[in-house]
Amino acid sequence: MTVPISYYLFLSAILFAIGVTGVLTRRNAIVIFMCIELMLNAVNLAFVAFARQLGQGEGQVFVFFVMAVAAAEVAVGLAIIIALFRNRETVDVGEVNLLKW
Amino acid sequence: METALFFVLATLAVVCSLLLVLFRNPVYSALSLVGTLFSVAGLFVLLEAHFLAAVQISVYAGAIMVLFLFVIMLLNLGSEDTFEVITGRYRGFVVILLSTMLVMFLGLTSLRQVGGRPVENKELATDNIPYVGKLLYTDFVFPFEIVSVILLVALIGVVVLVKRESADGS
Repeated sequence: MTVPISYYLFLSAILFAIGVTGVLTRRNAIVIFMCIELMLNAVNLAFVAFARQLGQGEGQVFVFFVMAVAAAEVAVGLAIIIALFRNRETVDVGEVNLLKW
Repeated sequence: METALFFVLATLAVVCSLLLVLFRNPVYSALSLVGTLFSVAGLFVLLEAHFLAAVQISVYAGAIMVLFLFVIMLLNLGSEDTFEVITGRYRGFVVILLSTMLVMFLGLTSLRQVGGRPVENKELATDNIPYVGKLLYTDFVFPFEIVSVILLVALIGVVVLVKRESADGS
């Protein structure tokens, strides 16, 4: 008895919604980054579910690429946060106003 | 059996990701993200993507989470030792969560043609790693090379961003 694909898609939607909520409501830049990781994971889950449903391996290859890009993105993002903390002594995105007008 | 396992892992993933958003201390948030990543890895195993489950644990739960925890401790952000979750601001939280879910559920229910039995692909399930590897080095060899360039650029960018300028300006 295999689990139908719609269950996986609903779970993926719920995880993505929680990630969006975290990005929009939290102020801590690192927590925002972790919520972005959560959203990427939700999309990966949908990719793998479709790969099994359609019996094709391309979805899994795409998840591999998403993971590689996510690793690069996290490294650059955390470097930006460290540079920000050195200049501003804070990681609160509400207090960072260098590019605000 | 598979359905029961799916529901256990799905509940774990949702609870851990909710805690990720709700914890005030970023260290606890990072640890609950580890819980979510592990349950998603278990779901990958259920979906017969064994290679991705291994990569998920070693890259995400291993490397990326160590990076997160390292930065949190470097910046001394987890110093307030409170095990509390965020209170207040509940209204905005609930509104955003429910409206996002509503939009996604509407999108999902409009997609009816992908139901029914999954297409059988024995090779993808039993020889997962050779199958994915073969795809990666034949059809997707150009994106694969591009990914290596992306990682190199990220490496150089991180070093440039974090490097402190020395006193004599060199």
